[in-house]
Amino acid sequence: MSGLSGSLLLLRGHLRRDRWMILWWSLASAAVFWSQGGAMANLYATQAEFDKAAASLEGNAAFIAMLGPARALDTVGGQAFWQSSAFCAVLAGLMSMFVIGRHTRAEEESGRDELVRSGAIGRYAPLVAALLAAVVANVVLGLATAAGLLALRGDSPLRGMPLPVADSVASGVGLAACGIVFSATALVAAQLTQSTRTMYGIAGIVLGAAYLLRAVGDLGNGVASWLSPIGWYQAMHPYSGLRWWPLAVMLVGAAVGLGLAVLLFGRRDVGSGILAARPGPPTAGRSLHSSLGLAWRLQRGSVIGWTLGLAVSGLAYGSMGDSVEDLVGDSGFAVDAVAGGQADNLLDGFYGTALVMLALLAAGFAISSAGRPRAEEEATHLESVLVAGVPRQTWLAGHLLVTVAGTFAVLLAGGLGLGAGYAAMTGDLDAFRRYGVPVVAYLAPVLALSGLTRLLYGVAPRRLWLAWVALGFCVVVLMFGDVLELPDWMQSLSPFHQMPLVPAEEFDITPFLLVAAVAALLSGAGQMAFRRRDIG
Amino acid sequence: MSGESVIEIEGLVKTFGPVRALDGLDLKVAPGEVHGFLGPNGAGKSTTIRVLLGLLRKDAGSVSLLQGDPWREAASLHRRLAYVPGDVSLWPNLTGGEAIDLLGRLRGGIDPARRADLIERFELDPTKRGRSYSKGNRQKVALVAAFAADVELLLLDEPTSGLDPLKEETFTELVEEFRAGGGTVLLSSHILAEVEKLCDRVSIIRAGRIVEAGTLTDLRHLTRTSVDVTLGGSPAGIDELPGVHDAVVEGQRVRCQVETDQLDALLGALHQRGVRTLVCQPPTLEELFLRHYGDETGDEAGDETGDQADGQRGAEVGETA
Repeated sequence: MSGLSGSLLLLRGHLRRDRWMILWWSLASAAVFWSQGGAMANLYATQAEFDKAAASLEGNAAFIAMLGPARALDTVGGQAFWQSSAFCAVLAGLMSMFVIGRHTRAEEESGRDELVRSGAIGRYAPLVAALLAAVVANVVLGLATAAGLLALRGDSPLRGMPLPVADSVASGVGLAACGIVFSATALVAAQLTQSTRTMYGIAGIVLGAAYLLRAVGDLGNGVASWLSPIGWYQAMHPYSGLRWWPLAVMLVGAAVGLGLAVLLFGRRDVGSGILAARPGPPTAGRSLHSSLGLAWRLQRGSVIGWTLGLAVSGLAYGSMGDSVEDLVGDSGFAVDAVAGGQADNLLDGFYGTALVMLALLAAGFAISSAGRPRAEEEATHLESVLVAGVPRQTWLAGHLLVTVAGTFAVLLAGGLGLGAGYAAMTGDLDAFRRYGVPVVAYLAPVLALSGLTRLLYGVAPRRLWLAWVALGFCVVVLMFGDVLELPDWMQSLSPFHQMPLVPAEEFDITPFLLVAAVAALLSGAGQMAFRRRDIG
Repeated sequence: MSGESVIEIEGLVKTFGPVRALDGLDLKVAPGEVHGFLGPNGAGKSTTIRVLLGLLRKDAGSVSLLQGDPWREAASLHRRLAYVPGDVSLWPNLTGGEAIDLLGRLRGGIDPARRADLIERFELDPTKRGRSYSKGNRQKVALVAAFAADVELLLLDEPTSGLDPLKEETFTELVEEFRAGGGTVLLSSHILAEVEKLCDRVSIIRAGRIVEAGTLTDLRHLTRTSVDVTLGGSPAGIDELPGVHDAVVEGQRVRCQVETDQLDALLGALHQRGVRTLVCQPPTLEELFLRHYGDETGDEAGDETGDQADGQRGAEVGETA
């Protein structure tokens, strides 16, 4: 069929461009399943402890809304699948969306698609090649996930070990099928709009809706779950009475999506979308009045997105409420792992650790926001602003202000989300003050990482990625510093290491001010260096 | 005169690692003139302009812009000038109208009537997002923003790339209006017809140095005029006159190039032999330009360009004769 000629040629190119990306997504998914499964054996020494935890989890509506229907939670497989499947389905959905987007809408938007189509390439080949690339990616992700589960061996007194092979394979295969459904919906989204950003927005909403429908169904009578590809995947019931037929539902769903995409593609011109691009405002609003206004306009979406993301993450932590003590069990390792070794006050220890996790997430925003000026410079937008008479320092200070204020908002949203979750579960409103507000103490170390980013931007803008390495280092020190027996001087390089584990430990103003001063110094040095270097 | 120059560069050197992008460049632009800045890709035109904009730091030499230091006084100088790059990049999610307003407000305000007039003259749709503009339309956004600004100097780096001929005409008109209002322009361009039409003086840059500068008349004087003549008598000896080059004799027709200061002597000699038809063409800017770059690839290239130019001129013979 000539409409498809060249598909395999394109597919080869796509896979070459995507191979690392596919590998990382697959490893992430495999690691989630594998580590959740492995954690059970470490957390619970006896089946009795495990049963106690399972009983407490089964009745927790927040967990069911977040993870899925509670089935066979007193087995290692059941727990691992419950804790990982929804999250990894979203992971597969995101991967699918990006693979489809970058090979369809992004190519069309940049005009590269035209070049390709001018060659001996069938009309439907770019569409099909993109879908095939996503199928391959999902199959690799599914195989990696199954392999991760199959690798879980070892003696354990807990029920369900060793994991049944068929159920482990089904967990991977079902995940791949679920991802393929999301590839098809992303392909439909790619036909709708002219802009890649909007396409990602639509595909993201589909993914979010699938997650929500599933939550509504799992809490209620289960009907809504059948409207969601994530629900279809979880309906396979691995480790709790495995059934294969939902796989057929997913494949039919994917085929319907593909058919719809082909139909829509046939009704539109290459380069345009089914939905016409709406005209924007012909004049600028009042907020676009200064370089600060521009910086806010450029980072607004990212600030809002991260704030919501941290609020939801905080909510997820908080919704564990005071059942944490039942979940953790009595093993010393578990206390170390989730509560920073605070055995005497497990609850405060657990939420102290949760706050550090939220702060590390917020550091992701702080670093990417402090790196935003580099993107503006690379796109030559910076020179337009400078040549309009804005001093360099003023321009960078505008972005700095957005970064600092945004970091504060993102961090606080995490803490307040945690407080709200806890208060909702326990009715204890004091949680806002006790577990929410202390997150502000981490403003200093988070800003230290953003200050480092600004220093790199001023001194060596091409080495901006080093800031992410620094964040990785902080994560390693925090989570594995003691396990790996890293020397003290090395651990103390992490600004997070300097801070007391609030609220389990008393807040101390001295390290806060010290780390804040370091952040200001780094940032100021970056600002100075930026004044003296070439632009572009 | 030199104290009043709008742009005065002497011995400017800029290196990027091992590459010497500017190698002792001198450039002078007087107030009220439109100055053409010519050179092939990679000769250093954009680097020069970016040093003038204070985006790049010079390694050696002296640079004065509007009697100020473009590096140290960047922001205050920028309020007195506007810049249009050859490849305009717009914020993908801002509309063209928003970008024009933003850039205008950063300078301290924009005259709405002037803005509306320019948008109409360029036939720009200000409601489209930056990401969906074509190359030419992005260029128009930057041109509207630049011409709407109340400034003394325009730095234009291949500003019309991607514009259709009608909008190029609009651009030419706007530059002429700007000059009539006393403004100064540095125009870097590949479109030699545009430079020839607009520019009072021209500087030609090659490998980071200015190799030729002056009015077009000056530059023409330094080079050769092409002559295509049919004689009544014998053309013998014409090709041996001083200053005559590349002479081709076909019967009684002679085509040759003559150094412009020897033109009078040649015309005298032709007159003695009886002139039937005569086409005498000053060198075009293109020829000036190619002559400077022709010797980069040896003399052959120079000769070829001469022949090509002759061919073009053949079409005009009837008209001129």
